[in-house]
Amino acid sequence: MTEVIFAILTIALLLYVILGGADFGGGILELFTRGKASEVVSRAIAPVWEANHVWLILVIVILFVGFPPVYSTVLTTLHIPILLALIGIIFRGSAFTFRHYDIQEETPNKIYSSMFRYSSLFTTLFLGVSVGGIILGEISTDYSKGFYEIYIHPWFNLFSFSIGIFLIILFAFLANIYTLVEIKDEKEVDRFARLAKYMIAALVVAGGVVFAAAEINGHHLFLEFLQSPVSIVFVVLATLALPILWKNLKRNRQNLLRLVAGFQTTMIVGGWFAIQFPILVNLKDAPDITLQNSKAPEQVQFYMLIALVVGVLIILPYIGYLYKVFKFSTVSEPPQNANKDSGEM
Amino acid sequence: MDEFMAARWQMGVSLGFHIIFACIGMVMPWFMFVSEWKWVKTNNPVYLDLAKAWAKGVAIFFAVGAVSGTVLSFELGMLWPTFMEHAGPIFGLPFSWEGTAFFVEAIALGLWLYGWGRLSKKVHLYTGLVVGIAGVMSGVFVISANAWMNAPAGFDWVNGQAENIDPVAAMFNRAWFHQTHHMTIAAFSATGFAVAGVHALLYMKTKYDIHARAIKIALAFAAVAAILQPLSGDHAAKMVAKLQPAKLAAFESHFETTTRAPLVIGGIPDVEERKLNHAIKIPGALSFLAQGDFNAEVQGLEEFPRDEWPPVMFTHFSFQLMVAIGMFLALLGVIFLIGTFKYKHWLTKKWWLILLVIATPLGYLAVEAGWMVTEVGRQPWIIYGIMKTRDSLTPMPGIQYTFYVIAAIYLMLTFIVIWLFSRQIKMLHLKYRSND
Repeated sequence: MTEVIFAILTIALLLYVILGGADFGGGILELFTRGKASEVVSRAIAPVWEANHVWLILVIVILFVGFPPVYSTVLTTLHIPILLALIGIIFRGSAFTFRHYDIQEETPNKIYSSMFRYSSLFTTLFLGVSVGGIILGEISTDYSKGFYEIYIHPWFNLFSFSIGIFLIILFAFLANIYTLVEIKDEKEVDRFARLAKYMIAALVVAGGVVFAAAEINGHHLFLEFLQSPVSIVFVVLATLALPILWKNLKRNRQNLLRLVAGFQTTMIVGGWFAIQFPILVNLKDAPDITLQNSKAPEQVQFYMLIALVVGVLIILPYIGYLYKVFKFSTVSEPPQNANKDSGEM
Repeated sequence: MDEFMAARWQMGVSLGFHIIFACIGMVMPWFMFVSEWKWVKTNNPVYLDLAKAWAKGVAIFFAVGAVSGTVLSFELGMLWPTFMEHAGPIFGLPFSWEGTAFFVEAIALGLWLYGWGRLSKKVHLYTGLVVGIAGVMSGVFVISANAWMNAPAGFDWVNGQAENIDPVAAMFNRAWFHQTHHMTIAAFSATGFAVAGVHALLYMKTKYDIHARAIKIALAFAAVAAILQPLSGDHAAKMVAKLQPAKLAAFESHFETTTRAPLVIGGIPDVEERKLNHAIKIPGALSFLAQGDFNAEVQGLEEFPRDEWPPVMFTHFSFQLMVAIGMFLALLGVIFLIGTFKYKHWLTKKWWLILLVIATPLGYLAVEAGWMVTEVGRQPWIIYGIMKTRDSLTPMPGIQYTFYVIAAIYLMLTFIVIWLFSRQIKMLHLKYRSND
């Protein structure tokens, strides 16, 4: 039963990375392209972003109900980077909505846009830094130690920031791929296809940096990776998908691209989980927090599982419908409403 | 300000900010649904305009509500990790269901807001209803979890650890029913009067028909809710008398245990002297309201150790404010119903519109006061009778600074949202002026 709950947690996290990540990436992409992508990004994200970000809440709820020590330890020791990410989330969500709904005037619009772009980058960085802190194993629960040791050191290091940067590139890449589908202008498609290639290259480099940074910070990630066959398979599959992606960028095969990009992200997250499993949080001076030693009592898990399964059965078809209405229909028919709506009132 | 007070203030500011947006997100979809339904039925385009104008406001409020809610789900652990580590598995079940309800709400709202012309008229209309129902359910689940903090159930507390956890018993604790009906009704009443008040002001200025129709829809909900609210409150007070007698005593600054306890109106408590000055007292009424018998005994604060008293002054004033506003809004509700069924001319009179304008912020003020009553009235406990708030504080120093940052951000957002709101209204009026 614990494994099933953990599987749902993994899926929720994965969907947050793929769907929510693309939203963050939208802001980052706008920043990289100096606003070129902004109209496309807005149109692509607007109907789905609220739903995309509920996955994060689901992850949090599963953690504090099902694995309470994970929740309390992480939020205590990584308080600072998580607070920074939360501040980013507030600014990002607000700025995006304000830009979409306020009267279209130049000055406020510029402010909303730069708020949205920079906070997308900022939030992603600190989400990544927090994840880095969880993986690295410098978290200590001996709260008698100094402030720096407990609340800064676990995340203020090369490795955590390398994960943050990796995440920024990954999210921008995802947004880039999804955005390709929404663009109608041939020239622009070429531009974004070229950009995607740069990002793939950057992603490979950033991946290498993550492993190098881990070694520098004394965490033998590469060794752990070599010892985990599942993880190796995942990374090999992710790498094999690269040429497919690369080739099809020319051919403008958008739905396939989406699928492959989603698959790659799944493999990356899967690879990470395979290395970690069954450890959830690496600790410095105490036994690591694992699936087994942090799980809530049987009865609690049972009722949560019912809620989750019923929830998933309701949510997945409904979210599929949402995507069907807004995402896949735009390929064949241009949205007549988007322009009409904004001009109307 | 010490760490502990800073953490409580941060939690209070975050919740106080979120609750307004949550209420709007929960109630406005119902108004939008009725307006769209009237449009489908009457084909009068003014209802379509109204639904769309409301929708733009709701999109902004909902987004801010969603991000502030996300922040809260983290803040609980960032400020009160010990509480969450013990309570999470026990009171987590309603949160698990809330996840689904909120998800459905977010998806349906996305469909509703952007689905004009993409969904069929009928599907679009009922999507609005889905938003409304999911929103209310989401609220009910969250309040059930809060109710558990007031009436902990579904576990045995053995040597500082919870054993034999029964999540279902925890979810349906003895406070869940009165807290959920009281809060849900409050949300409808507060949002209804706020919407009616804004439109009343605009109607006085412009005389546009759209505002008159908006007032009617909002008040239909608000009036019924405001009239039901005293009944709901009566039930809630009776339950508090049973479950948390110290809290009830603080509401009324009732220091000594007495029979034939008086109901006090207003007054300034003197906690040192254990006296309430300048209050109007109705003999026996508190006994009757709390126990259903004018001669019943009502426990005073003296029954409880001094360090287990809630902050009396704060709880007392919040409670009095909430009740006073509740009564005033109920009166407005009665006037509206009489006006609707008997004296139609009342509802176009200037005095009525002015009353509505005055009532605009009052409902939310009562919601905030009521929330203080619940939360501050539970102190010093975070889990009533089980765990003290102070004992669950995060070990991280410097919470003052995180509090200042969060408070500044929310203050700024409040101003921005108000400014955006006034711009939306201007836009609507521009359209109507050009139609004239």
